[in-house]
Amino acid sequence: MCRSRRRRLSSSAVFAAVGAALAWVLTLSPAHALPPSSAPLSVKELAPGFYAHRGHDDVATRRNGGDIANIGFVIGTRCVAVIDTGGTLAEGRALRAAIRRATPLPICYVINTHMHPDHIFGNAAFVDDHPQFVGSDKLPEAELSHSQSYLHVLTRELGSVAAGSRVIVPTLLVHGKLDLDLGSRVLTLQTWKTAHTNSDLTVYDKSSGTLWLADLLFAGCLPVVDGSVIGWLDDLAAIRALPGIRRAVPGHGPLDAPWPQALEAERGYLQRLANDVRGAIRAGRTMQQAVDTIGAGEHARWKLFDVYQRRNVTAAYAELEWEQ
Amino acid sequence: MKTQAIRRAIWAAALALGASGSFIAAPAAQGGTPSADDDPNKVASWVDFRDGTFKDRQIDPHGDAVIKLEAPARAADAAIVPISITAQFPQTPAHYIRRVYLFIDQNPEPYAGWFEFTPESGRASIETRVRVEDYTFMRAIAETNDGHLYSAIRFVKASGGCSAPAGKDDEAALANVGKMRLRALASSAAGQPQLAQLMISHPNRTGMAMNQITRQYASAYFVRKIEVTYAGKPVMTANVNFSISENPNFRFYFMPRATGELKATVHDSQEHTFETAIPVPAQNASAQPAPARM
Repeated sequence: MCRSRRRRLSSSAVFAAVGAALAWVLTLSPAHALPPSSAPLSVKELAPGFYAHRGHDDVATRRNGGDIANIGFVIGTRCVAVIDTGGTLAEGRALRAAIRRATPLPICYVINTHMHPDHIFGNAAFVDDHPQFVGSDKLPEAELSHSQSYLHVLTRELGSVAAGSRVIVPTLLVHGKLDLDLGSRVLTLQTWKTAHTNSDLTVYDKSSGTLWLADLLFAGCLPVVDGSVIGWLDDLAAIRALPGIRRAVPGHGPLDAPWPQALEAERGYLQRLANDVRGAIRAGRTMQQAVDTIGAGEHARWKLFDVYQRRNVTAAYAELEWEQ
Repeated sequence: MKTQAIRRAIWAAALALGASGSFIAAPAAQGGTPSADDDPNKVASWVDFRDGTFKDRQIDPHGDAVIKLEAPARAADAAIVPISITAQFPQTPAHYIRRVYLFIDQNPEPYAGWFEFTPESGRASIETRVRVEDYTFMRAIAETNDGHLYSAIRFVKASGGCSAPAGKDDEAALANVGKMRLRALASSAAGQPQLAQLMISHPNRTGMAMNQITRQYASAYFVRKIEVTYAGKPVMTANVNFSISENPNFRFYFMPRATGELKATVHDSQEHTFETAIPVPAQNASAQPAPARM
């Protein structure tokens, strides 16, 4: 399942060049407009050397500064890997400050779990560390093709809070599985079939039994379908069967989300979504009628239901209407 | 095609302008972010189209007795915005809606196309899904057989429906091009219009989404014409473009007066033609006509 390292690195060189060429294009405003230092982001040590920050259960606002996703970092004996960088350059800098408080080791990898803005726009804070930026082989195209609209919305919602935020595409691509050795600690990265997005990637730390599921797991916050509801259900079945997992970290929701109950709750929602949408299609209801009616019973179960439910029904309807 | 090329060039230039650091200010070129409070009669793209297409003909702005347009106030997904255009009276040979124009002011190509109906349509209503690029007015203009024009207007909040990358799996989309499903939906009461649905598997690419790795635009590739006949007579003809969402989907009516064939012929911008047809039983031939499909 794993591409040869040589091939990955050669394509990574291409992407690095593309990234450099695009850097000026995709920047919101000069980074030097920001204060030079940041207060450290609050983080919790989930397992020895494995830290996570709990994002707000909300959409990105000026008030929360776009800090809405769970992000983190893992420390080996040789170096540090960052897992997602938050919604803005400022948040990325605060994460970097938290890392520097925990360890002086170099940051050798910045992993992005998928293309969404709340997970990638802090990348620029790590450029001077010269890490490998790591992501799914689908990530470069996904990020770049969405970057204009992501930056447009980020600017509209956050204004100057988002200053300096930009897309930095991965330099090391993963298709299938890839091990990253941090020194006495190996992280196993894995890509999945299109689910939450087309570029989902998970990070497994075998030494602590911690599986960073990112947005393949929403705990308490409504799962957002920007990929495939059927693919997501397939992926969850495969993830549920993985051995050795003692803890799973969601991309949104509590860091200590109960395993595997949180996954089962999400699977239940997605299955009901698929079932209800199939029922609506069979009954001849239109997409709009489906959007207007499906999921009322879920309202009390999930935060941000009102923000994302209609989108989920739209996506599921478009996906499922051809299968019957 | 030439105007499309020009429009795309303008669009690309607008993106480049936005990218060069004045991204925040880009909408100002059109007078700021469009708002529902704006005067819908003063939107530049609409004024151009109105003057060019309808000349000095009057358009009744209170067309709700003739045509209704429904669209979500805020789109759940800007690339798939479900809309319905509903005629407020049945089609009769004496009085019917001949054509409905669809216009989305802030889209890079605002004129989405037209739908033609006949007395055989039973009802001049259409439901479909469109791409919406920005906060915008959306308009349905109905032209009745006596030559009068009526408009229905909605304001829709959406972002990026045209320039967003196409579907999640481009190769699969191309492999399935032209697959169609045509079906009569619910059985209608005798003498009432019958609801039908046409689904067309087609990427309906805008040509406005750049592949960011190759820096190439995949060319626009879309369904441009749909002709639906019942028993050999036209019931719904659409002349559309990539403002219609990927996998174009239409619901419309026809009058099932006798046993006949409901037939759809689809032409795309690469001059492919796709056809599908289903038999429709007469109203009294079966109490519960089975929903037919391909």
